[in-house]
Amino acid sequence: MLGRLSWDALPSDLITLGAAAGMVGGGLLIVAALTYFKKWKWLWKNWITSLDPKRIGVMYLLVAGIMLLRGGADALMMRLQQVTGAGADGVLGAEMFQQVFSAHGTIMIFFVAMGLMFGLINIILPLQIGARDVAFPFLNSVSFWLFVAGAVLINASLVIGEFSAAGWLAYPPLSGLEYSPGVGVDYWIWSLQIAGMGSLLSGINFTATILKLRAKGMSLMKMPIFVHSVLGSMLLVAFAFPILTATLLLLSLDRTLGMHFFTSDFGGNPMMYVNLIWAWGHPEVYILILPAFGIFSELVATFSRKKLFGYTSMVWALGAISLLSFTVWLHHFFTMGAGANVNAFFGIMTMIIAIPTGVKIFNWLFTMYRGRVRLTVPMLWFIAFVLTFTIGGMTGVLLSIPGVNFQTHNTLFVVAHFHNMIIGGVVFGYFAGLTYWFPKIFGFKLHERLGKAAFWCWIIGYLLAFMPLYVLGLMGAARRMDSYDASLGWQWLFMVAAAGAALIMVGVAFQILQLIVSIRQRKKLRDTTGDPWDGRTLEWSVPSPAPVYNFATLPVISERDPFWEAKQHGDTRQAPAYYQDIHMPKNTGLGIVIASIALVFGFAVIWHIWWLAILAVIGIIACIMVRANDEETEYVIPAAEVARIEEQAREGAA
Amino acid sequence: MRSRHSLSTFLKWLLVACAVLVSAGFVWLIGNSDIAVLNPAGEVASQQRDLLVFAFWLSMLVVIPVFALTLFVTVRYREGNKKAAYRPDWSHSRILETIWWGVPAIIIIVLGVVTWRTSHTLDPYKPLADNSQAIEIQVIALEWKWLFLYPEYDVASVNLLPVPTNRPLNFSITSDAPMNSFWIPKLGSQIYAMKGMQTKLHLRADTPGSYRGLSTNISGEGFARMGFEAKAMSNDDFLDWVRTTKETDSYLDSKSYKELAKPSTLDKPILFNGFKPTLFNDTIASWMPPSHSKSTSKQEGGAH
Amino acid sequence: MSVIRQSEHTEKATFGFWLYLMTDCVLFASLFAVFAVMRNSVWDGPAGVDIFSLPYVWLLTMVLLLSSFTCGLALIAARSNNVRKTLWLLGLTGALGLVFLGLEAYEFAKLIHEGYGWQRSGFLSAFFTLVGMHGLHISAGLIWLTYLMPKIRRKGLISINRKRLLMFSMFWHFLDVIWIFIFTIVYLMGVSPL
Repeated sequence: MLGRLSWDALPSDLITLGAAAGMVGGGLLIVAALTYFKKWKWLWKNWITSLDPKRIGVMYLLVAGIMLLRGGADALMMRLQQVTGAGADGVLGAEMFQQVFSAHGTIMIFFVAMGLMFGLINIILPLQIGARDVAFPFLNSVSFWLFVAGAVLINASLVIGEFSAAGWLAYPPLSGLEYSPGVGVDYWIWSLQIAGMGSLLSGINFTATILKLRAKGMSLMKMPIFVHSVLGSMLLVAFAFPILTATLLLLSLDRTLGMHFFTSDFGGNPMMYVNLIWAWGHPEVYILILPAFGIFSELVATFSRKKLFGYTSMVWALGAISLLSFTVWLHHFFTMGAGANVNAFFGIMTMIIAIPTGVKIFNWLFTMYRGRVRLTVPMLWFIAFVLTFTIGGMTGVLLSIPGVNFQTHNTLFVVAHFHNMIIGGVVFGYFAGLTYWFPKIFGFKLHERLGKAAFWCWIIGYLLAFMPLYVLGLMGAARRMDSYDASLGWQWLFMVAAAGAALIMVGVAFQILQLIVSIRQRKKLRDTTGDPWDGRTLEWSVPSPAPVYNFATLPVISERDPFWEAKQHGDTRQAPAYYQDIHMPKNTGLGIVIASIALVFGFAVIWHIWWLAILAVIGIIACIMVRANDEETEYVIPAAEVARIEEQAREGAA
Repeated sequence: MRSRHSLSTFLKWLLVACAVLVSAGFVWLIGNSDIAVLNPAGEVASQQRDLLVFAFWLSMLVVIPVFALTLFVTVRYREGNKKAAYRPDWSHSRILETIWWGVPAIIIIVLGVVTWRTSHTLDPYKPLADNSQAIEIQVIALEWKWLFLYPEYDVASVNLLPVPTNRPLNFSITSDAPMNSFWIPKLGSQIYAMKGMQTKLHLRADTPGSYRGLSTNISGEGFARMGFEAKAMSNDDFLDWVRTTKETDSYLDSKSYKELAKPSTLDKPILFNGFKPTLFNDTIASWMPPSHSKSTSKQEGGAH
Repeated sequence: MSVIRQSEHTEKATFGFWLYLMTDCVLFASLFAVFAVMRNSVWDGPAGVDIFSLPYVWLLTMVLLLSSFTCGLALIAARSNNVRKTLWLLGLTGALGLVFLGLEAYEFAKLIHEGYGWQRSGFLSAFFTLVGMHGLHISAGLIWLTYLMPKIRRKGLISINRKRLLMFSMFWHFLDVIWIFIFTIVYLMGVSPL
């Protein structure tokens, strides 16, 4: 009846028990608070069922923030293990340590980086292209809730069962039934499969949004660079995520139906898995970094009060990076014994990516050149990004040379390199974007000094946490080691790294504090103008926070940086001659319902509860039919109401 | 006025501090013999170290200007500095953009040529250009230990890899466990060990000494304890080792191999005075179709 | 909803649907690539030449092609506003799809019965997964059809139903194209000595 599920699935060791209790307790506390303050209806009406991409975006950011805490706790536990693992078993022990780092990698990529990315895209993209919504608002809600379902599933593994101990990409045969018979790898597969499905739908949605919903006059070469970067990223999603879907499907078929895709015997081919997963995995890195590039391009221009340098170059560079990202996957396994020609080809393709990336950096720096640079928090993130990303790029070029890679592959040198790119590039980029666009989302700025405190903790912590790993890698320290010989003298370097990780968490604490203080001082920090940074693109032309319909009248574009140009000519906030009715999508709870059923489906398959899985499939089909039947999916905001809202905003600005 | 002053002072000090730290780091890095990859003890690792250092300095041609430029524009064009030029619409320069598409492209072309050549000279499958007699070593990765077979000398060892210096070492590598990666940092080049497949690695030890070997690829619970000791010694010492090992009384047959292959970690190396001659190929064949297992066919790793 | 908004919606939706089909294409491309790798991984089991019957697969192919043809005719009938003919042809399309699915299920059952299930070898795993994935899509198409036909019967060929019909036919033709590739790569190349 319940498949593999039994009472044994509940945690028995102290650390897991504590973590599980903390999580369940925290959840219950939130439920209690919502009930006590009678906020359920508000939550349901304004957030859960909302199809407004700005609200969905905020929810993405919230989930990503919570998952950052989970992934960060994992990171601290990993370093603690490695500090105490010098010639000893360490605090966690091998088995739990392996689950922890597998969870850390998976969570940080899929639920933090992707969450921050989709959050910011949801909020800003429609505003930047002068649209009122995304192409498929309901699909957007489904995407988001699938993302949440994946996040719930991966956290459920902490309470019921176990998580994968096979690393964040779960190479077979280790992740096969032979070596991982438990439910851990299945949790990994299905949380990624469900969240990945959401990402794929988002990829389609935003591609269609950009290509079909731009304001009149906004040709491709007049789009803000952030929109270009999102287009590149979303096309990569559309091309790469189906490969992930297929790969995860095959691995789960191996594990549940006894197929032989990646088994060692019966003709299975584990090397094929490694190729497939990286055919998705490498583009995935660029999916994450491209929008961050776009964010930096926007804010460098704004905070230098100068046009972005080399717009055309930037667009070409983005295109080149997107294309090249599909031609380099083999550099993740030069040591598999492919021939010298193959290795050399993929090595050279990899280093070629350094060219367009370098071009972008020079263009950014020359945007600052002869500008008026304001060293706000987003700019601090940017400068830190340039410095760290350049180091990461340099080590990336080193790693791309097969002859060097043979001596650095799978070591902490690699770990340091990709954290250089992911933290220094992706995370710094999204933090910068978050600070930059925060007033547009909420109507008030973030507290500046606390932001700077958080920044300095992050950057110093980051350097302390990862520079020692480069050295450790060159000393011959493999990644994912739970223990090592005390005589190697590595312990102090791990201690430095652990201190760095702790300092980063202090930075996170400052960010939480910053959020609380900013909310309390929101009157003082209020942005009444809609344009707190002297911005250049369309999102700054509407009031902060942006009204639900974004634009009272849809803008018409004739040049790049339309809002900046309008300000130069002095015509920005004039009321149009008349307003029109605006059609907006109605709320619906079907998104969360579908995702909940998907969550049940994933859980059922993990535990082999087949009747429940079948019921879930029927449920999803039924939901889709219900939605398709609903022909009244929009409501109308009358012109008078629009006029009233706009008038109010103008008064606030005056 | 005051804040501008303190900012530039702060940045200057930051710059000085960074420069001092970085140079101190370099001195320490290069002088520290604990850093295995930078202090090779074998032919292959030496070439790889040289390649690493070369590529590092080559990329510095871009890294250093970027760092300098970043600090320069940040300080020079900060908002408070009204003396600096301000040209809000200047956003294009064909010459400049040609330079930063061109110069990195040239650097990558140079590096590309070097990459192409070294990918061939440092191909792990390529035997070393060395006239002295090579020694064949078969390696089987087990859960969680390394088994080394010396077919020419009919001795075997677990987690201990004695090798003669100045003779090419020809490794044939497979796995009877999840995928591992065989690596001796001081000697150079790692390569995967995979079930039912054979990968090859060619190394040479130049300096006698004891070098750490390990698996870099996670292969289950005991993976971190899968280290071994590579002992490079003179050829005479090596032959002595073979002789004393021959005098021990444990033989590695199919039965004792099965016992050895069970998941476990070891504190001490194990020596065998001989082994079943077909053990290596049998291990590979046990993961091949039944019709193949009779013949001692080999399936090479990767695209080979 | 105004006519202009409806046509905008239709354009957006068809464009999005094209994008979806492209991603589905990548999914199938991955499975094709996997099949190509696994083609000779027969272990001690049968190869394609031992188990495929070309005339039978030819029959399957014809049935599916015919259903694609009737689907196209249904679209033409819809253009000339002939509800009855549209429904009739869609019914035929569905029936042919059902026959196709039945024939495929019979082939699968026969293979499994003979001991050539997906657990036998990497080749058979890849075969069942690729062909099964196509079959799953066909099933989804049939479910879609059972939903679409009553809609058209009840409300006629109003613009939203035309949009639905258009998207269904895109989907159905797409599956036809995928099948041509399966027929060629899996079956024809499977029995040929190449």
